[in-house]
Amino acid sequence: MTATAPTLAVPAPLAETAPAIRDSRPLRLITCGSVDDGKSTLIGRLLWDTKAVKEDQAAALSRDSNKQNDLGLPDFALLLDGLQAEREQGITIDVAYRYFATDRRSFIVADTPGHEQYTRNMATGASTADLAILLVDARAGLLEQTRRHATIASLMGIKQFVLAVNKIDLVSYDRAIFDKISHDFKELALSLGVRQVTAIPMSALKGENVVYDGRAAMPWFDGPTLVQTLELATTRSTQAGGFRLPVQRVSRPGESFRGYQGTVSGGSVKPGDSVTILPSGMVANVSRIVTFDLVRNAAVAGDAITLVLDRQVDVSRGDMIVSMDGQPMTGLNFDAQLVALQPGGIEPSKRYWLKSGSRRQRVTITPVAQLELSSGKWKPHSETLGMNAIGKVHLTFDEMAVFDAYEQNRSTGAFIIIDPDTNNTVAGGMVTARRTDLGGIHREGQRVLLSLPADLADELMASEAFVARRDEADVRRVSALRAGELFEELE
Amino acid sequence: MPGRAEGGQDRNAAGTATRTDETMHTHTSEYDPHSKDQAPKPPLDPHLKALENEAIHIFREVAAEFEKPVMLYSIGKDSSVLLHLARKAFFPGRVPFPLLHIDTGWKFPEMIAFRDEMAEKFDLDLVVYTNPRGASESISPFTHGSSYHTDVMKTEALRQALDEGKYDAAFGGARRDEEASRAKERIYSFRTPEHRWDPRNQRPELWNIYNGMIRKGESVRAFPLSNWTEVDIWRYIQAENIPLPPLYYAKNRKYVERDGMLMWAEDPRFTALPGEQVQEGSLRFRTLGCWPLTGGIRSTASTLDEVIAELEIATVSERQGRAIDRDQAGSMEKKKREGYF
Repeated sequence: MTATAPTLAVPAPLAETAPAIRDSRPLRLITCGSVDDGKSTLIGRLLWDTKAVKEDQAAALSRDSNKQNDLGLPDFALLLDGLQAEREQGITIDVAYRYFATDRRSFIVADTPGHEQYTRNMATGASTADLAILLVDARAGLLEQTRRHATIASLMGIKQFVLAVNKIDLVSYDRAIFDKISHDFKELALSLGVRQVTAIPMSALKGENVVYDGRAAMPWFDGPTLVQTLELATTRSTQAGGFRLPVQRVSRPGESFRGYQGTVSGGSVKPGDSVTILPSGMVANVSRIVTFDLVRNAAVAGDAITLVLDRQVDVSRGDMIVSMDGQPMTGLNFDAQLVALQPGGIEPSKRYWLKSGSRRQRVTITPVAQLELSSGKWKPHSETLGMNAIGKVHLTFDEMAVFDAYEQNRSTGAFIIIDPDTNNTVAGGMVTARRTDLGGIHREGQRVLLSLPADLADELMASEAFVARRDEADVRRVSALRAGELFEELE
Repeated sequence: MPGRAEGGQDRNAAGTATRTDETMHTHTSEYDPHSKDQAPKPPLDPHLKALENEAIHIFREVAAEFEKPVMLYSIGKDSSVLLHLARKAFFPGRVPFPLLHIDTGWKFPEMIAFRDEMAEKFDLDLVVYTNPRGASESISPFTHGSSYHTDVMKTEALRQALDEGKYDAAFGGARRDEEASRAKERIYSFRTPEHRWDPRNQRPELWNIYNGMIRKGESVRAFPLSNWTEVDIWRYIQAENIPLPPLYYAKNRKYVERDGMLMWAEDPRFTALPGEQVQEGSLRFRTLGCWPLTGGIRSTASTLDEVIAELEIATVSERQGRAIDRDQAGSMEKKKREGYF
């Protein structure tokens, strides 16, 4: 054992046993918190106590820095900040991915900086996450930052939160403090529509309730440790619904074989199923599912497969093969939410590339509203969406587009925006609905004018539904008398 | 062509030979799913299956989006897994891009033999490249130092080979758990026409939607194994019965202990330093590279099961034996910025 070996941890029951066959997919999670909340210490502790850090890496840590905390452990932040600029400046500048495993499950952690540009990096990390750990300092309680992080996480489709009330040792393991913070947080989570919340009091520094339980210090807490919670969390299950196969490539190794290769993005498929090819709308039946190992009887969401159809149909990369029942939305106009990722922001009426699944097509983006993160409210906004802004937008395509709502399918409802001038990825977005030209009150550039008493007008204009459709209707504040007169005129 | 005789795939996409579907589904593999003599292979556990699916998705996406992909093949266990996944991704077709091996001239002979065997067995297009400047100057890690040797024979050679082949995408087997600067690498890692990596200005990568748009001369490095750990690699090799170079398994080898590293001492170019004692003992390697730069470990693990058992109780990381990482702090990041894989 080297000098940097853990001095406090109880002998490890976890890593001594050989990893058994894991019965689940890796859980992807994101950690959110400010630097001072002890995020690096928490992740370092997770890696350390699950034996994901090897001795030579630990030795390199103590070589790179003489800093050690008062428990004789290395400075975990150095383990995490891999880039030279980060070590020099002592900050984390980019999303990093960490890996650890227990004997029950493996984990992929998107470790995002708590600093500026948090939105962009958080959105990136959250896009693939099943669960978010929100870290707060027990002494400080919930901060505006906590609300921001929770809002972004829920927006990106994360339905499971863990509230890590860290540094509980610094408030003398006070149960009342923990209860208050977790109560406040659960209210916040509920307001975002997140029901699955686990709150855990912990000391990441001392390793209490992270991997090992902290019962000795906190006999009043009978909940699970962080790792137990993560072991029991569910991997994303929003890929329910109809079968979806975005076609990545057509495999034609010989004249007698033609297969469509892609990853199932929703539902399941078996030989004999009738399918539709979108956007063309052609119909065929599945004759075989081919993989390297064997010809399969069925494939489910997540499987990378090769599909063989029973007839010659025109299918190419970018098309989507879907079940005949429960088809995705097709159209030229969609509503979406997006996160602007680059300094240039997202400009109205500029033509961008949109990539979703294997399909890339031209799109024009019209900003409608911007999310005010401090209050969680949407504000009307039709100008350029600046970097880190979260906006509601209208997408307008030249050619037919195919989407599910992100709520229904995190794969076929997601897209990225690419700037044709720089080829850079400038936004990530989620489709909320298809826009119809005939339904609703919208009609070819015309707007509906509502003349309402002032109090009603104000209330309507503040509503989310109105904000989202601002370009379709105008509200004019008038007195009740004038409104009456206008109505008479209409009659 | 032994690959063909055992039922390999068509050589070109146009399909000069017509085959029945049955022929096409037979393929060269250690495990033949269509043979009645073998017990059925148990399905992969969901963890490995998820990693495999992700890797196949990346392979197909790159092959579809880029004009001229190539796969970096370094003969090690990660490359072996990468090759296996590529064969799976494009089955029943053959791997639709060449494999590129940068030969520094200092690889273990067992690696070269294994490379050629794989290329023949799996009907692969293999491109072997050696830096002509380095070869003519007889650059050696002993006389020129490990850092200069790596710069010229690996990094510069790779740049030359990629330029010469006009490849716009190169698959690599790097994993994010390998080293700190790799933890921030994207799955599609953008490179300038000079092959530079700018870690501070990487394209954001959301969901599994990869941005493959580049200008002429620019390229991406694509890393299908990004989310795999060393344990995953070994468990996958075991589950899929993937052949590996024999260097991974312990056997009696001659070596010296130099700068805390166990250096293989059977090559004719090896000379012992004054006071050095050539020893013989049971040795194996956790990673493979140039033999003067790749330390072995004392081990008696001579089968895959034994190697995995040893790994699961290992307390040092696999790169520990590598001289390149120890040259200076942040040396991997520096090498990567200059174009090293």
